[in-house]
Amino acid sequence: MNIVVLLKQTPDTESVIRIAGDGKSIETGDLKWVINPYDEFAVEAALRLKEKHKGTVTIVSWGPQRVVEAIRTALAMGADKGVLVDDDALNGSDSLGVAKALAACVKELTPDVVLCGSRAVDYDLGQRGPMVAELLGWPHIALAVSLDCDGSKVSIERPIEGGKVTLEAALPAVVTMGGSHAVWNPRYASLPGIMKAKKKPLAMKKLADLGLDASDCGASAAKVLITSLEMPAERAPGRIIDTKLDTAGKALELVRLLHEEAKVI
Amino acid sequence: MAKCVCVVTEFRAGSFRRVSNEVASEGKRIAEALGAPVYGVAVGSGVAAKAAEMGAYGVEKMFVADDASLENYVAETYVPVIAEIVKQCDPAVLILPASVDGKDLSARLAARLGAGLAQDCTAIVCDGGKIKARKPVFAGKAFAWCEWADGAMPMISCRPNVMDCIPADMSKTAAVENVAVTPCDAKSKAVSVDLDASGKVELTEAEIIVSGGRGMKGPENYPIIEKLAKVLGAAVGASRAAVDAGWRPHSDQVGQTGKVVNPNLYIAVGISGAIQHLAGMGSSKFIVAVNKDADAPIFSKADYGVVEDLFNFIPVFTEEVEKLKSTC
Repeated sequence: MNIVVLLKQTPDTESVIRIAGDGKSIETGDLKWVINPYDEFAVEAALRLKEKHKGTVTIVSWGPQRVVEAIRTALAMGADKGVLVDDDALNGSDSLGVAKALAACVKELTPDVVLCGSRAVDYDLGQRGPMVAELLGWPHIALAVSLDCDGSKVSIERPIEGGKVTLEAALPAVVTMGGSHAVWNPRYASLPGIMKAKKKPLAMKKLADLGLDASDCGASAAKVLITSLEMPAERAPGRIIDTKLDTAGKALELVRLLHEEAKVI
Repeated sequence: MAKCVCVVTEFRAGSFRRVSNEVASEGKRIAEALGAPVYGVAVGSGVAAKAAEMGAYGVEKMFVADDASLENYVAETYVPVIAEIVKQCDPAVLILPASVDGKDLSARLAARLGAGLAQDCTAIVCDGGKIKARKPVFAGKAFAWCEWADGAMPMISCRPNVMDCIPADMSKTAAVENVAVTPCDAKSKAVSVDLDASGKVELTEAEIIVSGGRGMKGPENYPIIEKLAKVLGAAVGASRAAVDAGWRPHSDQVGQTGKVVNPNLYIAVGISGAIQHLAGMGSSKFIVAVNKDADAPIFSKADYGVVEDLFNFIPVFTEEVEKLKSTC
């Protein structure tokens, strides 16, 4: 089975975010970069499919050279090869622009199934998987918390508000990953894995290699753009309920505050 | 007349979900600023009979695709139908729900329409006819303002539970136009749908959430906060630590790699307040923290902090809430 994982490198979720001087991007100097957690779930799910069906797992990503580290990490987990679309023309692209580049990459790889996170923990644009599927004319099923594949179709469970849906799609298909670390429990890279990863093939691509140029998917093609970032309003300093009160006194005071002041109960 | 504002509603199991009213209300506000009418889109099975109801929230006309094959949301079957309606309406602005299904639908629809989508927005403004939308990024650690290129249709999905509904005017009904549905040769389908009939409150739609973290010490202690949640009519959440430990299901996880919630009241019990958790609940209107460690970072975000052992405090607090509820 030929499996592709679309992977984005994002700041670690414990990162403190600061707005850069231009007012529309973030300070990246002291950030720790990781595989977007939801894409890491996709790597894990892909490796499990490979263990069951044999085949190859190819990591496809985009961004500057720092992304190589994220791809190497996925290779160290057990993926076989990587492709990085590193082209300055993608700076300022919108989600559809990036999806066009990724779809072109996927097309060349002719996979049976494409896995990717349902969202990325940075800008949370939440569009990549469904867009790539639409551009390829493939079905997609989203937000998998389980994944099963018999070689001709893929089925997932997807939580919805107040319930759960079981979905299936004929291959080739795109599946986006939901759930959490507890659901997917992505494996760590082993030391031998890390050594092997250094020798695994990693191809660098420009848009031109994919038959695309900046007018297809660069900033000039972007329909939507982020024009500024702002920090959330600081919360007014809270209050600690008088620590000298006993338990019952604190409980009474909290009930009073929530009922009379906040008016939320 | 100006082009319309188009809103996509969400219909499930025989009724419009509340987020539909929120999306219609937001559509109405934008339409008033633009001097435009609001048209709605409804897709589902049995939706035609209900579609006129959306008039209560300012929708003038509903375009309805009612077909048994559209009973359950599947991106591949919903997107072509909605895309055709949107093309026919040619709206100035397209607004959708950022519910679980809505976000997925919006993304695929945007690719089909070649549109620019701002996903999961919490505010839309119309500034001299120019639309801007605000969305949380880095799970609420910052906000981004999105704008659209000249001539591009703003396509915006709205986070549930954020946009205020306009007062419903039940005397108003929307005109209903049925749209013919051409069965599409779909390669994906919903095999089964299990809706939880227990009446459990969904986290992302809850007015009040009681969440438990590592301080709960084990799954056997969650009945303590479940009881409080029941008295308050609240949903129960959990921190990543509690979920990773296997104490609670992943569907309960609040945080950057879980659900981002924005209830009126969030009660964090035995949660220290890791950045990843704060990102998921920081936009709650009121936050209460109960923790025996006075230095826990959660207190810096809390409107009301209680420094106390949760095992002593929560049962007593639950009793006091019960007393209050019995007198109201």
